Amino acid sequence: MTLQMFLIFAAALFSIGLYGALSQQSIVMIMMGLELMVNAIIVAAAAFWYFVAPATADGQVLVLVAVTAMAVEMAMGFAVTTAIFRKRDVDMTDMAADLKG
Amino acid sequence: MWHQMAFWLCAAGAVGTGIAVFRVDSMARATFALLASFIFAAGTILLLRLTYLGVLVVLMMIMEMVIMAVFMIMYMMNPAGLMPMSMVHNKIGSVVIAAGTFALLTAVILLVPWPSRNGEPPPDPTRALGEALMGSKMLVMMVLGLVLFATMVASVVLATHRGRYDRYGDRLDAKRPNDPVRGGLRR
Repeated sequence: MTLQMFLIFAAALFSIGLYGALSQQSIVMIMMGLELMVNAIIVAAAAFWYFVAPATADGQVLVLVAVTAMAVEMAMGFAVTTAIFRKRDVDMTDMAADLKG
Repeated sequence: MWHQMAFWLCAAGAVGTGIAVFRVDSMARATFALLASFIFAAGTILLLRLTYLGVLVVLMMIMEMVIMAVFMIMYMMNPAGLMPMSMVHNKIGSVVIAAGTFALLTAVILLVPWPSRNGEPPPDPTRALGEALMGSKMLVMMVLGLVLFATMVASVVLATHRGRYDRYGDRLDAKRPNDPVRGGLRR
């Protein structure tokens, strides 16, 4: 196992998540794409901790921050989805294009 | 040797189930594919001897995805996955951007001279993490706590349909609640 292997794995996860976040129409599916991208951060941070700076716990703290960001993203995403669905019956991004420039 | 095999197994599993998230017909299946992807990714973290964080990710993702499955079933268009489902826009563009990002990141990963290892992992990484969070990284922990609290408040405010301020006015001083339908005892 090397740092490069882990980082390429993380890049693959990130790209899949990016594809999902860009292409999906359903708001909840976009959130799944975002979660995959944050998951890539978790893998990359753990790999950096182990292969670059294991003496300090900085990488582990970054993993913890990413895990929290994931939980916050899911909670707020579903709250926003619930709010807009209740108000306007919208659950697709194309139907909520008010701010489109 | 078995580390290597386990890593490739977990990496292939995580990438494969990650792709499956956006290819299966039902959003419930997509949720559990995402759960499988997270568990495989946590497997690679466990290989780095981060036992606590790996187990934390596994437990948290199981909880999160089971809750997510409920919301998925609430909002999905194709509940049982009985019909082929495709809800994408600009598929070609997204594939090109994602593939381009992957190619760029991989090129950078392979070309950059990464620093060599500085120090050795502590015998107990969990203890090191705990000491960092309660010592030099205390600010991170405090900010995370505040962010989680703000999230709780904000998500409840956003998801509430009609709260007491809608019913009793901004100063909560209305005699009668402003309800669309009259009801209740002695009202």
